[in-house]
Amino acid sequence: MKIIIAGDGKVGSTLTRQLVTEGHDITLIDARAEVLEVSEERYDVMAVQGNCASMDTLSRAGVEEADALLVMTGADEVNLLCCAIAHAMNPKIHTIARIRNPEYKDQIYQMRNLFGLSMVINPERQAAIEMERLIKYPGFLKRDTFAKGKVEIVELRIKEDSKLRDVSLYGLGSVVKCKILVCAVLRNGKAIIPDGNFVLQAGDRIFVTASTRELTIFLKNMGIITHKAKRVILCGGGRLSYYLAQLLVRDGIMVEIIEQDYERCLSLANQLPEVTVVHGDASSEFLLDREGIAECDALVTLTGVDEMNIITSLFGNSRKVPQIITKLGRLSNNSILDTLSVGSTISPKELCCNDIVRYIRAIRNQTGAAQAVNAIADGQAEAIEFIVDEHTKHCEEPLKKVKLKKNIRIAGINKLNSFEIANGDSFYSKGDRVIIVTGRDEVIYQLNDIFES
Amino acid sequence: MNYRMMGKFIGRILYVEAIFMLPALLISVYHGEERTIAGFLTSIVIALLTAFILTFICRNAKKGFYAREGLVCVGISWIVMSLLGCLPFYFSREIPHFIDALFETVSGFTTTGASILDSVEALSMGNLYWRSFTHWLGGMGVLVFVLAIGRGRDKSDGYTMHLLRAESPGPKVEKLVPRMKDSAKILYFIYIFLTVLNIVFLLIGRMPLFDAVCTAFGTAGTGGFGIKNDSIAGYSPYLQNVCTVFMLLFGVNFSCYFMLFIRQVRNVVKDEELRFYLGVVVSSILLIAWNISGMYASFGESLRHAAFQVSSIITTTGFATTDFDLWPSFSKAILLGLMIVGACAGSTGGGFKCGRTLLLIKSLRRNVRQILHPQKVQVVRVNGQMVREGVLDNMNAYLAAYAFIVVFSFIVISIDGFSTMTNFSAVLACFNNIGPGLESVGPTCNFSGYSVLSKLLLIVDMLAGRLEIFPILILFSKSTWIRR
Repeated sequence: MKIIIAGDGKVGSTLTRQLVTEGHDITLIDARAEVLEVSEERYDVMAVQGNCASMDTLSRAGVEEADALLVMTGADEVNLLCCAIAHAMNPKIHTIARIRNPEYKDQIYQMRNLFGLSMVINPERQAAIEMERLIKYPGFLKRDTFAKGKVEIVELRIKEDSKLRDVSLYGLGSVVKCKILVCAVLRNGKAIIPDGNFVLQAGDRIFVTASTRELTIFLKNMGIITHKAKRVILCGGGRLSYYLAQLLVRDGIMVEIIEQDYERCLSLANQLPEVTVVHGDASSEFLLDREGIAECDALVTLTGVDEMNIITSLFGNSRKVPQIITKLGRLSNNSILDTLSVGSTISPKELCCNDIVRYIRAIRNQTGAAQAVNAIADGQAEAIEFIVDEHTKHCEEPLKKVKLKKNIRIAGINKLNSFEIANGDSFYSKGDRVIIVTGRDEVIYQLNDIFES
Repeated sequence: MNYRMMGKFIGRILYVEAIFMLPALLISVYHGEERTIAGFLTSIVIALLTAFILTFICRNAKKGFYAREGLVCVGISWIVMSLLGCLPFYFSREIPHFIDALFETVSGFTTTGASILDSVEALSMGNLYWRSFTHWLGGMGVLVFVLAIGRGRDKSDGYTMHLLRAESPGPKVEKLVPRMKDSAKILYFIYIFLTVLNIVFLLIGRMPLFDAVCTAFGTAGTGGFGIKNDSIAGYSPYLQNVCTVFMLLFGVNFSCYFMLFIRQVRNVVKDEELRFYLGVVVSSILLIAWNISGMYASFGESLRHAAFQVSSIITTTGFATTDFDLWPSFSKAILLGLMIVGACAGSTGGGFKCGRTLLLIKSLRRNVRQILHPQKVQVVRVNGQMVREGVLDNMNAYLAAYAFIVVFSFIVISIDGFSTMTNFSAVLACFNNIGPGLESVGPTCNFSGYSVLSKLLLIVDMLAGRLEIFPILILFSKSTWIRR
C-alpha cells in the first residue's frame, strides 16, 4: 500500500520502521530537511520537505494515489488541517491523526466527521490506560490482552531465586501446576521463540500466555502476590500524568503528583482536586523521601526526560517500592535498560504505533486480517490474533501434524467460550480465534502465512 | 566497516557480470573465433569462482551499512568489475598487455570510449560485442542493476540509497518512487526501452543488426566505442542523425522521462536543467556550424557535422563523423568547454553536469550581488525550490576536487612528452568520460602512445569521473581504512 507519514518525529520514525518492513511504500513529509535526510538514509522511503497541511506538499507526496495518511506532527491543529485537506483531495484516503490536547478529548467524535478522520490516536491517554492496568494488576512487567480480554500475554523476569530458574519448558507444567505457555523469551537482548528443550535462566524475560483465570493460579503458585495498590506517586505532571491520575482516582487510589513547573501545578490542582500536587524537583531524593516514597505502592516516572525517569526509578528501586513504571520516549528499545531495575517500561509511541499498524493491516486485507497485533519482547517479536475462516488451511487437524514456518508458534486457541493453550493435540475450527507468536523477521498478513509451504 | 556486506554485494555483481559475458561467448561461438571463445570461457569461470568464494565467505553478513560502506563498496566494485571485465581481451591475446586491456575495459565501463587500439576492426566479433556492451552496463550502473533484480523488496533498508547515490551521476540523487528497488527497475525500464527504440531506428536506416546493437549500446551508455575505425563517419547521414538525436536523449535526466510517463509534462517543460542543456546544445551547434561552414560542401552538411559532434561531446559519448581536430580553434574551444559541462544529472552521461554548472552560475551571481549589498539575504533556487547551503558547499567541494585532479593528472602525464593540448584534452576526455580529445588523442588517433604510468592515472581518472570523484577519492583516504 502507498502510505504517507507526515511528521518525521519519534512516532513518525517508529511507524516508518514498522511499515517499511511490512512491505508498504512510504513517503515521509516533514518541514525539517535534516530529519528527512536521516530517515532516507535509514529506511527505504521517499522524503518530501514542506508543510504537510499545504496542498502543494501533499500533492508532491502523491496524496491522490495514496491509500493512507498518518499525521503525527507535534501540533494537533496542523494534524487536523492536514487530514481535512488530504480528504478533500482524495476522498478515498484513510487518515489517522494524532490528537493529544486533553481539551479536545471530549469532541473527538464530532471532529472525526468534521475533518474526515478514519482514526484518532492519543498516545498519552493510551499509555495512561496501560499503566492503570499495570497498577491494578501488579506482578508483571507488561500485560497485553487478546480475544476481547479473555487471554493475556504477560511479561515476567526470571530472578535468581525464581522457581522457574533452570527449568526446561517440558518440565514447566509440573513446577507451576497450571496450564501456561512460554511463547517468547528475551535473553541478552535477543528474542527467542523457544521449543520444549529450552531451559530458562536467571535474567531471562519470559512472555507467558494463559487465560486470565489460569494466570491468577500461576501467579499464586509462583509466589508473586498481587495486592492492590493504595498510594501511587507520579513524577512529572505532563499530559500523560493528567490522564493517569484521572484514571487512578476513579479506581479509588490515592495519587500524588510531583511537578517542577509552578504554573502547571496550579492547573493540575485545579483540574484534579482529589490529587495531591507537590511543587518540586522529582529527581531530588530529599523531596521523594519526604513525600514518603518508601511507603508508596507504586512509583511512576513520567517526566519528558528519559534519563531522569530512569534515575528516579532506580532510586525508587533502592527504596524498595513494590512497583515501578518508567515512561520512555527516545530510549525505548534500548538494550542497556535490561540490565537496570527500572521496573516496567512503557513507551507511548510504541503503543500508538501498534494501534496504527493494526489499523493498516486491517484495511490492507479486509478478510483474514489480524484482529490484534502486539509487539512483545522489545518489539522483536509479535503476538497476533486471527479469526479462523473458511479459507484457513488445516482446520480440525491436530497441531502436531501441521508444519509451521521457523520461529512461529501457535500460542493459544480461543474456542467459543474457553481458551486453550495450544499443545500437539489441540486443533482449531472455523470461527475460533488463534493467537500466534512470531519473531520479527517473518511478516504475517494472514493466518495461512504461518504454514510451511 | 562492514566488509562482509560489501563482499556479498561484489559477489553478486560478479555473478551478473559473468552472466552478461554469455551473449559475447555465443557470438564468438557463432563466428567460430577459437581464441576468443577460450578467452571468454576462462574469464567466466574465474568470475564465477571469485563470486562464489566471495559470497561463501561473506554469507553471514551483518546488517549495518552506512554512507562510508556505500561509497567504498561502489568504488571497489567498479575496480573489481573492470579487472575481471578485461580478462577476455587479455586471454584472447587480442590486447596483449594487461594494462592496455584494463584501460580499454575501464574506458568501456565508465562509458568513456577512449581506446588504445590502432585498429578496432581487427578485433573478433565476440570481443567487439563485449567492448560495446560494457558501455551499456556501465551507463546506468551495475549496482543499480543488482538492486533492481535483487531479492527482498520489502526487507531492503535505506542503505541501498548510498549505492544509488554513489553510482548515479548528479549532485542530488533522488528516488522516483518510495522503494529503491522499484526506482531502480523504472530506471532500467526507461533505459532498455530507449535502447531498443534506438536499435529499431538504426535498423530502419539499413544498418546491419550487429552494428546497430553495438552502436546503440555505445549511444545508450554515452560511451563512444565504435566498431569501425572511422567511428560513425562511414554510415549514411540518416544514421548519423539518428545517433545525434539519441545521444541527446540519453544525456537528459531520466527522471524527466519518468515525469512524462506519469503525465507531469509541466514539470519537464519547466525543468531548468533541461532548458539549460538544450540551450547550450543549440547555441553551440549554431556557432560551430557557422564557424566551419567553409570546410564543407553545403551549410546543411556543416550543420549535420556540428550537431553530431556537439551532441557527442556534451553527452560525453565520443563518437565522431569527422576529424574535428582539423576544425578552426574557435570550434575546438567550444568543444573543449562542452567537455567540461557534460550532460544532465541523472543521465548516463558524464562530465561536470549541467545541473552543477547551473548551480555554479546561480551561486556565483548571488555572491556577486552579495558584494554590492553586503547584508542582502539571498537563497539559490532551482525549479522554484530552495537549494540548501549544504548542497552548494558540496558542489564547491566537488569543483575543487575536480580542478585539483585535472591539474594533477595534466602535470603527471606531461612527462610523456606530448604537446600541451594533447595532454590537457586527454585528461579532460578521460576524466569527463568522453573518449577522444584533440591533436595526438583526437578522433582519428588513440591513447596507445602513453606510458604505463599515464595509462594507470587515466584509468583512475576515468573511474573517478564516472563515479563523481568521491567513491574513488575515499579509497585513497587513510581514515577510510582505520578501524573504529
